[in-house]
Amino acid sequence: MKNRSLVSITDFTKDEYLQLLDLAVRFENNPIQKILEGYVVATLFFEPSTRTRLSFESAVNRLGGKIIGFSDAAMSSTSKGESLMDTIRTVSNYSDLIVMRHPIEGSARWASEVASVPIINAGDGANQHPTQCLLDLYTILQTQGSLENLNVAFVGDLKYGRTVHSNVIALTHFNTTFHLVSPEELKLPSSVKMHIKNNNLNYYQYTDINEVISKVDILYMTRIQKERFSDVLEYERVKNSYILHNKMLENSRNNLKILHPLPRVNEINVDVDNNPKAYYFEQALNGVYVRQALIASILGLA
Amino acid sequence: MTKEGRKELIVSAIQNGTVIDHIPAHAVIRVMRILGLDQCPQQVLFGINLDSRKYGKKGLIKVQDKFFDSLEINKISLVAPTATLIEIRDFEVVVKKHVEIPETVEGFIKCFNPKCITNHEQIITRFAVIDKTDLKLHCHYCEKITKKENVVFI
Repeated sequence: MKNRSLVSITDFTKDEYLQLLDLAVRFENNPIQKILEGYVVATLFFEPSTRTRLSFESAVNRLGGKIIGFSDAAMSSTSKGESLMDTIRTVSNYSDLIVMRHPIEGSARWASEVASVPIINAGDGANQHPTQCLLDLYTILQTQGSLENLNVAFVGDLKYGRTVHSNVIALTHFNTTFHLVSPEELKLPSSVKMHIKNNNLNYYQYTDINEVISKVDILYMTRIQKERFSDVLEYERVKNSYILHNKMLENSRNNLKILHPLPRVNEINVDVDNNPKAYYFEQALNGVYVRQALIASILGLA
Repeated sequence: MTKEGRKELIVSAIQNGTVIDHIPAHAVIRVMRILGLDQCPQQVLFGINLDSRKYGKKGLIKVQDKFFDSLEINKISLVAPTATLIEIRDFEVVVKKHVEIPETVEGFIKCFNPKCITNHEQIITRFAVIDKTDLKLHCHYCEKITKKENVVFI
């Protein structure tokens, strides 16, 4: 994985992901080291982020590295009209690795073609968010003991949810059965379903979250956004149907874990937080270890 | 002058070169642009709305002293899937084959996604053809699929 960019979840092989997850365990056991001393990592966030940016920065800081960058495009010459290509070429000279989040799809792929350092895609528009996928897999592995043969439900905005897309694609390597719960307007795109079919796996679609809760090992919740609906009345009709309350978990499996990439708005009610099956904040913490493993691998230090 | 003779005057023979036949009438100019024939030094003749037994109306292009490799000629399959490539040497037909839709397409089709980086910066588009029968182009950058009805040429 040395010197390779991670732009899409399809860029690394299944074995490489398993290696990374293994390495992440070692970082979880020992997150404060000095392996990045002397290294500079650029975090270029053209779009807002709390978790992703800060967990990358925490990952680098705890390993002794230094961060440069910006957390808002308005703080860079992008506001003067500078192209992404020029920005990336410039920042390549100042850093050993670039982590970027950008609102335009394909931006990270383009950056990886013009940069002289590796690129980690921290989210390009509605397209990919591979490090989120990695930490989600890590969390699933951590809580289920294995990634194989699981029943996983994805709930909410499956059409635009890039974390859902990446996770579905990654899980097709592990004989997963997919349970897809969403309003009609927000179903999983056929380009993603294609991956499920190509691997001879099954998916089931539902509009009612209650139908899946007792069937699955992982319940992955996502936020439904009003602005994604062409018909506002349709949004009003469905908005409360995809909210998780603690009492809905009565018949859930003992090993069930509830995940959410966060930020949540109202789709997981706070009464779920004290249920031991709620795992979304632990999930966010895992982001630090997974990103440490990724950065160390790409820089050839692990 | 016989009817046969008059037909010959409309579409004259070439000694060495390439004939692209059975182009949908509306696609002829597009094909010429894709192959750079609007700017090449060789003699080029084209016909639009010629009679065709097979297709009713067709278009045709003849280029003197120029031959194309499969990679180049297959680009036109996206606008002229019915086209036939004929290579002529010394007035003899030496190659006659249908164009085939290629595995990848670079440069002359726009990505349908307005939020694709290729529509914001100067980047040559690149697609993988993931379905040849019901044309689907997978963008190398934004990973979205541009379908046949949304194909726009640059």
